[in-house]
Amino acid sequence: MSNAARKLDPGIGRLEPAAAPAARSAPELDRLIHERVRLGIVSALAANESLTFNELKSLLQITDGNLSVHARKLEEASYLTCTKTFEGRLPRTEYRLTPKGRAEFEKYLAHMESIVAAMKSSMHPAD
Amino acid sequence: MASPASKSPLEIHAHATSNLRFIRDTMERASTFTAVPGWGGVFMGLTALLASFICLYLPKEWWLSIWLTCGMIALGFGSLAIFEKARRNGAPLDSPGARKFALAFAPPLGVGAILTVALIHAGAYRLIPGALLLLYGISVLGGGAFSVRVIPIMGVCFIALGSVALFVPLLWGNILMGVGFGLLHIVFGAIIARRHGG
Repeated sequence: MSNAARKLDPGIGRLEPAAAPAARSAPELDRLIHERVRLGIVSALAANESLTFNELKSLLQITDGNLSVHARKLEEASYLTCTKTFEGRLPRTEYRLTPKGRAEFEKYLAHMESIVAAMKSSMHPAD
Repeated sequence: MASPASKSPLEIHAHATSNLRFIRDTMERASTFTAVPGWGGVFMGLTALLASFICLYLPKEWWLSIWLTCGMIALGFGSLAIFEKARRNGAPLDSPGARKFALAFAPPLGVGAILTVALIHAGAYRLIPGALLLLYGISVLGGGAFSVRVIPIMGVCFIALGSVALFVPLLWGNILMGVGFGLLHIVFGAIIARRHGG
């Protein structure tokens, strides 16, 4: 990896942080959020206080199975909470972002923005 | 799969940009109602302009019936246009954004209907254009809080026209309704159609 690439790529490709101790101070890419479906779930929840399973499903246009697998992963990492209630006889699953999930989402956003900003400044060094 | 480490800075940059766009789109779709009809608004405006002109040439007593008929047609067509746009853009109509939009948009319309009946009952026809423009403006302003940014501006314009309409003779009220329901719908409809996909 070239020096420029290293500067632009503080986390990508480093699955094991211990393997690159020199770059520990750079923000790690959050693999949990990085995946597209999970990124969609977290983004949608960041814009709403809570969303039901069906709302998320139609918003992200994914299958039941796909959504529940990825939501479970996020729940296991305590990025979101899941409450199950009954509305009459129909089960209703509601998701909410936890403070930890929101913080991680913001960290991920900042990370992406810094990559874009680094590229811009390397293309226009005079700026 | 290629090792991520082999990605060029350009690829990483493109990936980050596309990620940011995906996040922004998802957040927007999750929280706002984007199926506001642009071309539908233009058509609603044209029917209102027509109604305003017809009123100028027909006996005065017909004024209200003409406008109410036009309102029904516009309401029906507007709803159709919303469904069509939502279907075309794949924006679900049962999303939280759409629900909030409807909850903010509908009540002032209902109040407008009640108030119109009351004003007719009291014989205060002169106040009807102002009341209709004001309450429609509140609908648009309230609903617009959950939609694209240009919508609340349109609401404020309706409220300004309605405030004037309360203090002018009925003939001018009719013209102000033409300006509001006609011109404002056409202008803002065209802006929405250009900037927000139809």
